[in-house]
Amino acid sequence: MGASPERIVVVGASLAGLRAVEAARKAGFGGPVTLIGAEDHLPYDRPPLSKAYLDEGDPVTPWFRTADHLTGELGIDLRLGTPASALDTASRTVVVGRDEIPYDVAVIATGARPRTLPGADGLAGVHTLRTLDDARAVRAALDAGARTVVVGAGFIGSEVASGARKRGLPVTVVEAMPTPLVRAVGEAMGQRCAALHRANGTDLRCGVGVAGFEGDGRVERVRLSDGTAVEADLVVVGVGAQPATGWLAGSGVTLDDGVVCDATLATGGPGVYAAGDVARWHNPLFDRPMRLEHWTSAAEQGAAAVRNALDPSAARPYETVPYFWSDWYDTRIQFVGVPTADEVVVVEDGSGAAGGRQVALYREGDRLVGALTVNGQSVIMKYRGLIMRRTSWADALDFARARREA
Amino acid sequence: MEIIVDRAKCTSLGICESLAPDVFEVDDNGELVLKAATVPDGLRDDVEAAIAGCPTEALRLRD
Ligand SMILES: Cc1cc2nc3c(=O)[nH]c(=O)nc-3n(C[C@H](O)[C@H](O)[C@H](O)COP(=O)(O)OP(=O)(O)OC[C@H]3O[C@@H](n4cnc5c(N)ncnc54)[C@H](O)[C@@H]3O)c2cc1C
Ligand code: SF4
Repeated sequence: MGASPERIVVVGASLAGLRAVEAARKAGFGGPVTLIGAEDHLPYDRPPLSKAYLDEGDPVTPWFRTADHLTGELGIDLRLGTPASALDTASRTVVVGRDEIPYDVAVIATGARPRTLPGADGLAGVHTLRTLDDARAVRAALDAGARTVVVGAGFIGSEVASGARKRGLPVTVVEAMPTPLVRAVGEAMGQRCAALHRANGTDLRCGVGVAGFEGDGRVERVRLSDGTAVEADLVVVGVGAQPATGWLAGSGVTLDDGVVCDATLATGGPGVYAAGDVARWHNPLFDRPMRLEHWTSAAEQGAAAVRNALDPSAARPYETVPYFWSDWYDTRIQFVGVPTADEVVVVEDGSGAAGGRQVALYREGDRLVGALTVNGQSVIMKYRGLIMRRTSWADALDFARARREA
Repeated sequence: MEIIVDRAKCTSLGICESLAPDVFEVDDNGELVLKAATVPDGLRDDVEAAIAGCPTEALRLRD
C-alpha cells in the first residue's frame, strides 16, 4: 500500500459493512468506496425480523438507509444482488461476477449463514430466519394461521415461538439438548428461560431431535426422534449459524470458524480487515479469540476495522464486553460478557412473579466475566461497566447485594 | 450541544448507558433517563460513542 489508501472495497452489505463505509466517509476518506452485497436488498436491520416484524398488522421493513443516501450523499458504489466470489490478496482484487475490483483496503463483512437440516430440501413451509426474504415467508405463514414447529430453542427460535404465541397460534419447540441455551447462558439460567416458554403456552420438548419431515411438496408433519410426530404448516429451523467464508477459500486469509484477525481486526493479508459475525478476533479484554454473532459488536467492528485500515500506524485494538438481548413474550433477556464460567450465581430471583427480575452472575477465576438479566434493564449495563473495568468477583457480589437491598 | 432522544425509537436497550453512564441511565421502569440535558465537559467522545452504538438510532445532538 502506498502512503494512503486510494480505494476501499467492503464485502457484505449489512450492519458491519454499512458501518464500515459510513466510518470511511466520517474519517474523511474521499476516494472510491464499493459496497458489495449478495442480497438484492439495501442494508436492513436483522434483530426486528424475529421480533416486531412478525407481529400482526402492517410490518415495517427495518431499512437502515435509503439508496439515495448511500449512493448520493455518501457516494458509495453499491453492487447489490451479486456475491463476491473470490478475494485475491496477492493482486489485491475482489471478484464480483465478471468484474475484478482492485482495492487498497478490503473489509470482509459477509456475516453468517444459518445451518439447515437434512431432509427439508424442496419442502415448502420449512424456513430458516436470517434474511428479509425469510422473514417475509415466515410472516406470511403466521398471517395464514400456521401451526408452527420451531426446531432449536435458541434465541431466534424462541423469538419466533413468542411471535406465534402472541397471535394465539399453537407452537411446538423441539430442542435436542436437555436444557435450552446451555452453551449460551449455562444450565441454571437455561432452565429459567425454558420456564418462560411453558408459562406462555408453548409446547417445549427438550432432549428430542428431528427425525424427518413429511409432506407432499409442502410440510405437513415433523417426525421426532422419540417416535412422536407434530403436525405443522410452518417449520422454522433455528439451529445456529456458520460464518460465511466459503468465498474466501484459497484467498490466503486464515480461516478457522471465521476469518482470523488480530486485536485490531487485521487479517494479516495486506490491507484486509474483517468485521461482524464473520470475524474471529482477539478480544484483549478477555485475552482470547472470539467470534460473536451480536448486533453491537458487528456495528462497532465495522467502523473500527475501517478506521484501523485507513491509519494502521495508529490502529487501536477493538475490545468489548459482548452484549446481546432477546425479547421473549413480554420479557427481555439481556446478557453481557462470556458464559463459559467456573460458577454461576443467581443474585436476584424474581422468577415467582410475572415480570419479576432475575439476575445471574458468571465467575471465572476471581473475576466477574458475565451477567444475565431477565427483566433487568436498569441493572444490566451497570454489570457491563463492572466487567469492562475487570471488577473482582467479591466486589461484584457486594454490588449485587447493595442493589438488592436498595 | 443538546442531547435528543427519539422516544418513539428508543427501546431501552441501554447500550448508551454502558458507553456513557454519567449521561444515560435506564430506570426500573425500563425508561431511558437523561442525567444531563447537554453534553458534559470532557464526555463528548463517550456521548458520540453512545449515539453510534444505539441499535435503534434514537439518539442525536442538536446545537
Ligand atoms: C433474526 C435475527 C435476530 C437477531 N436478533 C438479535 C438480537 O436481538 N440481539 C443481537 O445482539 N443480535 C441479534 N441478531 C444478530 C445480528 O443481527 C447480527 O450479529 C448482525 O446482523 C451481524 O451483522 P454482519 O454485518 O456481521 O452480518 P450479516 O448481518 O449476516 O450480513 C452479512 C451480509 O453479507 C452478505 N454476504 C454473504 N456472503 C457474501 C458474498 N460472498 N458477497 C457479498 N455479500 C455477501 C449477506 O448476504 C449478508 O447480507 C439477530 C440476527 C437474526 C438473523
Ligand atoms: S441505546 Fe438507544 S435504544 Fe438503547 S436505551 Fe439508549 S437510546 Fe434507547
